[in-house]
Amino acid sequence: MEAMKEMVEQELGELRQTFASGRTRSMKWRKRQLSAIIEMVKEKEDEICKALFQDLGKHPTEAYRDELVKGKVISEPLGTVLIMSSWNLPISLCLDPLIGAISAGSTVMLKPSELSPNASSFLAKTIPTYLDSKAIKVMEGGPDISTVLLQHKWDKIFFTGSQKVGRIVMSAAAQHLTPVTLELGGKCPTILDDRSISGDIKTAVKRISGGKWGFCSGQVCVAVDYLLIEQRFASSLIDMMKQTIKSFYGENPKDSGCISKIVNKNHFFRLSRFLNDPHIKASIVHGGFTDEEKLIDIEPTILLDPPLDSEIMTEEIFGPIFQLLHQLRDIQESVEFVRSRPKPLALYVFTKDNNLKTRILSETSSGSVTFNDVMIQSICEALPFGGVGESGMGRYHGQYSYECFSHEKAVVEGNLAVELEARYPPWTTYKLSFIRLSFLEDIFGLVLLMLSERLHTTRLQVNYDTNMNRNSVAKSLYTTELRLFSVVVNYSSLNIIVVIQS
Amino acid sequence: MEGMEEIVEQSLREMRETFASGRTRSVKWRKTQLAAIIEMVKDNEDKMCDVLFQDLGKHSTEAFRDELGFVMRSATTALNFLDKWVVPRKSNLPLLFYPAKGQVISEPYGTVLVLSSWNFPISLSLDPLIGAISAGNTVLLKASELSPNASAFLAKTIPSYLDNKAIKVIEGGPDVATILLKHQWDKIFFTGSPRIGKIIMAAAAEHLTPVTLELGGKCPTIIDHHSVSKDMKSVVKRISGGKWGSCSGQACISVDYVLIEQSFASSLIDMLKPTVKSFFGENPKESGCLSRIVSKKHFQRLSRLLNDPRVQASIVYGGSMDEEKLYVEPTILLDPPLDSEIMNEEIFGPILPIITLRDIQESIGFIKSKPKPLAIYAFTKDENLKTRILSETSSGSVTFNDVMIQYMCDALPFGGVGESGIGRYHGKYSFECFSHEKAIMEGSLAMDLEARYPPWNNFKLTFIRLAFREAYFKLVLLMLGLIKK
Repeated sequence: MEAMKEMVEQELGELRQTFASGRTRSMKWRKRQLSAIIEMVKEKEDEICKALFQDLGKHPTEAYRDELVKGKVISEPLGTVLIMSSWNLPISLCLDPLIGAISAGSTVMLKPSELSPNASSFLAKTIPTYLDSKAIKVMEGGPDISTVLLQHKWDKIFFTGSQKVGRIVMSAAAQHLTPVTLELGGKCPTILDDRSISGDIKTAVKRISGGKWGFCSGQVCVAVDYLLIEQRFASSLIDMMKQTIKSFYGENPKDSGCISKIVNKNHFFRLSRFLNDPHIKASIVHGGFTDEEKLIDIEPTILLDPPLDSEIMTEEIFGPIFQLLHQLRDIQESVEFVRSRPKPLALYVFTKDNNLKTRILSETSSGSVTFNDVMIQSICEALPFGGVGESGMGRYHGQYSYECFSHEKAVVEGNLAVELEARYPPWTTYKLSFIRLSFLEDIFGLVLLMLSERLHTTRLQVNYDTNMNRNSVAKSLYTTELRLFSVVVNYSSLNIIVVIQS
Repeated sequence: MEGMEEIVEQSLREMRETFASGRTRSVKWRKTQLAAIIEMVKDNEDKMCDVLFQDLGKHSTEAFRDELGFVMRSATTALNFLDKWVVPRKSNLPLLFYPAKGQVISEPYGTVLVLSSWNFPISLSLDPLIGAISAGNTVLLKASELSPNASAFLAKTIPSYLDNKAIKVIEGGPDVATILLKHQWDKIFFTGSPRIGKIIMAAAAEHLTPVTLELGGKCPTIIDHHSVSKDMKSVVKRISGGKWGSCSGQACISVDYVLIEQSFASSLIDMLKPTVKSFFGENPKESGCLSRIVSKKHFQRLSRLLNDPRVQASIVYGGSMDEEKLYVEPTILLDPPLDSEIMNEEIFGPILPIITLRDIQESIGFIKSKPKPLAIYAFTKDENLKTRILSETSSGSVTFNDVMIQYMCDALPFGGVGESGIGRYHGKYSFECFSHEKAIMEGSLAMDLEARYPPWNNFKLTFIRLAFREAYFKLVLLMLGLIKK
């Protein structure tokens, strides 16, 4: 532990020094690092796939598709940042935020998850050979090293993981007033309004199935967690899903080579525990087989209406178990169902009914909403990716990544040539009037005011219209000798009436 | 306390119900509330100036400039631009996603908590309130107990102008704040000290509540007298205004200390003295233009800073204090020790340390050795120095050749970095501060790509590779079977 603390302090010290040197601010440096990441991913593709297979049993296609990275631009780097990533997409959830941090010109400490040890050691070994190792460092380890890291002050912390750990990270960040981005999870609901999409139901079912089982066996923050449908549709849906699962994985999913495994025994037992609950067991309509030896399975499993208060319905599943909730008499009830639960990271809705779409958009809240598809919002760089409420705070991807690691500094250029007495005490009626008119950006009034000072007027009378939008201001200028003129300025209709009297 | 717990729970319940009803989402509702804020300020101008005088001894001109006028302008801006701000932002999706469409919509967080500070108790309450309302939230406001008259005014007056099922005011001190912070909010907006900011953020962490913390720090002011020698009179005036002209230096963006080359220090002091006199006359205490210190506690804090014998020795102007009247004379120090408390804490009072350097370029290193401030002020026309300041230091904002005006400009984000704060507001940034930007993707069921689904094979892998590279032509070739997998 002592040695670890020393190591962290040393590494952090070097990162800060590097940042202070200004090296990471140069565009040239940033572009070079970003190119190096691309090069690394290209050259080491096989090794990456191997590591992912060892950690998660990921098929290379899944590995390629999901662990992709891109990058972007700048304002002012926050400084030295900490990135802690999750085990389910261990390459992309490290490199993607890393790309954002580099784009922003920050120095970075990366701590991959110890639950994906092969990916973690690959990154720890390879990153230093491609990237500037005084500016970008990788540290391996589990909760003990995270604790040491979190004791230090960072200029930003980017965390991907569970809500429970998210709270710990934010509490630690609070001690140093460190801004955080927390990419957490939640139960991503899917609403299937089969009536309005009847012609395309096959595609919908395929997409939903892909969204449950096609990505790390459901162990993804944006995986389809549960499905809401109308009662009468349940049995057709189950039949269609069974067929789809077969088309994906054949008769024997664990032999298909196309399904990721559960990451470790802990998570496996977590999921098994769900399934062993007698109430849950009773609701299994497909699958349910678990194989502790191979840790692959938990085969693709479908539950029909597990009890709403069961653990499986209150916790994020993060596994290949799909709950179908079909007690809705009308799909409109799904809106209230979603609202009564914590805000999810993503909400998927298959419908062509514009009314339902509007209701969902305005009556629910989530990180994102995707209509008629699943998960594509997370690979679309043009859209911000992040949660709200318990599903997270902050966002990244594309330009948002580099904003995430930047501080947008306001810069104002004052002018020493123009000096306004009204800015300074001692306060007088003149100065107060001046300030009032300045706030209204009433140039004309200001001119009149300054004129009135020159002419030694006794007063300037300013009446506002109560509806400032119409911006009608009546001003009268009085001098000691004569009432010079009255001016009514109506900005909305651009009328200026000048009355000169003597 | 029992009573207070119940009040908080009841208020929260009502605000959540109101939010759930959808009423606060309508642009019409938001505009009505914003217009009501303007009306409230207009109708109660005298009363507001009164409470600000009672709490802080603020002159009505200062009160108007820093609080009333500012709030009215902020509400007017929101009223005028709200229709634009609520419009969803269309996103240009890559061709790969065709025919899907993307956009980003702003939605209110829900029920938010605004905790404001005592130095600008009206504007620091109403300005965030304006942001929260523009974004369609329900709001609970707790003003600071250190400005009790302003707090009482808000508690009494807001309900008669605004929708009191959606916008509520609670009064009280740390005990009330503690109760409030135990609950789950959808957003917390806090203005105050870094010390309390940490407590707020830690409490927010329990519920994963996002926060905006407008904190403080020591705002340094660099005077590069070489390049602004012709305008020194204005420079000195602006710096003096920035130290003593707004709430007697008790502002997060007040000039905290000055950095100047040694050779010019005494000229600077010679210019500052008559400027102070021109502002406040021979007897600032009686001028009516200098705010007082907010409380005995803060007075004693400033006393303690000045009573350090080494700091006392550095006084070149002022230094007198009157505990009964909570008055601290405009005071100038020349080179107080850098390890003294006054040079390591945000002063938040009418004491101006002047720190001398051999070369003004050293000011960069000096600033960098301290926590990131909310604002840096630099009086210089030297482009090199400007560039160095911008690229080598970090702060919430940088203002050249003026002070504090960044606060007034609502086209600019106002907020800190590092220990000076998290998040920002003013103008459209206020709207964004209280909004969640939700990504919306409209997929199409018409086209489906087999490459999306298992079982995996080389074709699908090649397809995905090409898709990610957006190599559309090659994708077409692949699908036509014209290239190898």
